[in-house]
Amino acid sequence: MEASLFITCLGDLFEPSIGVAMVRLLRKHGVALDFPEGQTCCGQPAFNTGNWDEARLVARRMMNVFEGSEYVVSPSASCTAMVREQFPVLFANEARELERARSLASRTYEFIEFLVKVLGVTEPNARFDGTLTYHYTCHQRALGLTEEAENLVRRIEGATYVPLERKEQCCGFGGAFAVKVSDVSGSMVNDKVDCIIRTGADAVVVNDTGCIMNIGGALRRRNVPIRVVHLARILAGEVTHP
Amino acid sequence: MSRATYKPVWDFPAAAREALRDKTLREALLRATGKFDEGRRALMSQLPRSEDLRRAAMLIKDDVLANLDTYLRRFSERVEAAGGTVYWAATGDEANEIIAQIARSRAIQNIVKSKSMVSEETKLNAYLLERGFHVVESDLGEFILQVASDRPSHIVVPVVHRTKEQIADILNRAFNANLSVEPTEMTRFAREKLRDEFARADMGITGCNFGCADTGTIVQVTNEGNGRLTTTWPRVHVVLMGIEKLIPSMNDLPVFLKLLARSATGQAMTVYTNLITGPRRSGEGDGAQELHVVLLDGGRTEVLGSPYRELLRCIRCGACLNTCPVYRSVGGHTYGSTYPGPIGSLLTPLCEGRKRFRDLPHASSLCGACYDACPVKINIPQMLVEMRRDQVRDGEAKLGERLLFKLWSVGMRSKLLYRLGAQFMRWGLTPWAKGGWARKLPGPFGGWTEYRDFGMPKKDPFHKQWKRLRDEEAE
Repeated sequence: MEASLFITCLGDLFEPSIGVAMVRLLRKHGVALDFPEGQTCCGQPAFNTGNWDEARLVARRMMNVFEGSEYVVSPSASCTAMVREQFPVLFANEARELERARSLASRTYEFIEFLVKVLGVTEPNARFDGTLTYHYTCHQRALGLTEEAENLVRRIEGATYVPLERKEQCCGFGGAFAVKVSDVSGSMVNDKVDCIIRTGADAVVVNDTGCIMNIGGALRRRNVPIRVVHLARILAGEVTHP
Repeated sequence: MSRATYKPVWDFPAAAREALRDKTLREALLRATGKFDEGRRALMSQLPRSEDLRRAAMLIKDDVLANLDTYLRRFSERVEAAGGTVYWAATGDEANEIIAQIARSRAIQNIVKSKSMVSEETKLNAYLLERGFHVVESDLGEFILQVASDRPSHIVVPVVHRTKEQIADILNRAFNANLSVEPTEMTRFAREKLRDEFARADMGITGCNFGCADTGTIVQVTNEGNGRLTTTWPRVHVVLMGIEKLIPSMNDLPVFLKLLARSATGQAMTVYTNLITGPRRSGEGDGAQELHVVLLDGGRTEVLGSPYRELLRCIRCGACLNTCPVYRSVGGHTYGSTYPGPIGSLLTPLCEGRKRFRDLPHASSLCGACYDACPVKINIPQMLVEMRRDQVRDGEAKLGERLLFKLWSVGMRSKLLYRLGAQFMRWGLTPWAKGGWARKLPGPFGGWTEYRDFGMPKKDPFHKQWKRLRDEEAE
């Protein structure tokens, strides 16, 4: 099977190790991942702040870049939701582009979703020697994902799983929200960090780059030695202990 | 909802900063909203076919909104056929004046009110008090607020921002009493005070949860007996309701009753469900002698004719408030208007002015919890970004931000510019960073580093590693 990696701008620049893990893991599952080199951003920052004309320009380009891909797989639920839910909204008034938007939307998957729903993976086949907890990132809701990732985390060999209190509550990232209403965002991430600390975990699994930057940054600010890890890195065997 | 008087722009971030300093407020909010939100989740998950019910509620409300003129005509005919009188008010002040006029023409001085958000919207209490009427709130929460000259901070639980210690303090000070923090003791005290008011009152004012268009029935859903007393004890009952409160038929009521209590307070059913069709008939033992129904527009037809129509499906359950991490952090007063939380972030700019409340559509991380919780499936996060789009379209966005995104959209349309831009960002941030992390960022990004470190872009972005990875595969 062939699929294209949509690394996302944040994933590319801030957390490239997630992409590396995805390539290696999917290779094990017989998926040849290619990387269309023209890719940049899906346009979500502009879309979410109301700059729809600019978002449309960037989204149009993204549709060109992934025109020929059978599957598009991304480590971020938030960017996946942008393509799936909002590209058709952006091009609602352009018949030809709408067709292309719908086509890309139907081919685009979040990484765990692709593993579970397309490849039918049910066992993590991975090891982590330590205690894990898991934060449910918000945009999984938009994709109709519920316990797919958590079920994998629960079955990781060697790991003790401790559920996170208020696991579905937003970490406060929200893109521009984190700087526009920074005090509320800060209060939200601190609440998240408090809940994470209470689990006593060595690492928290977070499957979205924005949330990783936010939660990871807050943990570091508070000198809390808990790692933030994307599940792809554990499943690929790149992270096996705290 | 008058726009004539000048009011300064509501600064949500500043109000939020202030609210976040209040640790007692945060504790009170977290405890209450957490309880209601967990209750809702638990009950909704036990309710068979809850998703179908939500969908049914949505479709029923959409039908009402698409044919609102027909349903309103039918409802008003049935109310009058049952012996009630119907009034139409375009604005809040008009509604207030209609009610004042009903009281004046009957020489009524003493009025009791049950909890009603729409009366908060029209500022009915202040209007009546200024004109010399004696008005007392009979809902326990609203009574406490009235005594404290405060206002509700939640659609369903108005005094959610106060702890029981603070409430005891309010009552003790106002009535020179010596109550403990025991809720039963405080409730008994308020109850006695209110009994006298009920006995004196000639008019009871209530809101309405649902108006059945086929029977003209007013449905009031409540947990306190004051609601029923307000509708039955005083000789005149006035109902103040928004025009969107209708449902087509009494047969539709079960759908909404199942959803409302579960979504609002995590109860399978509220303690009281009052169905009132017309005033007391001859031979009946109780009920008001006169029933007056005031139907308020108050900006609603404008919303009806806009792309934001589905907001009018709202049944005011408050589930979106309880589940919203922003509301949970800052409370209702931070939103600066009658309706707080996610639903208020849309209703307030629409009904009270988008320029004045320009921050509210941005008071959300777009996490989607509200949409997930909404019993009538109002897609609040989507409408928040649509309102942001309207702001940009109409030139209400900050110029700096507009320029930034114009520049960004040029950079993001070229592989070369994107990669160069990333490189420049890394270089630009280097003076602030140490060991791959920045503790303080300049300008607007300072908000980030006030609460967390900023992880620097990596030296080897994925696009630089790709070729090596691909060749790994070839081996």
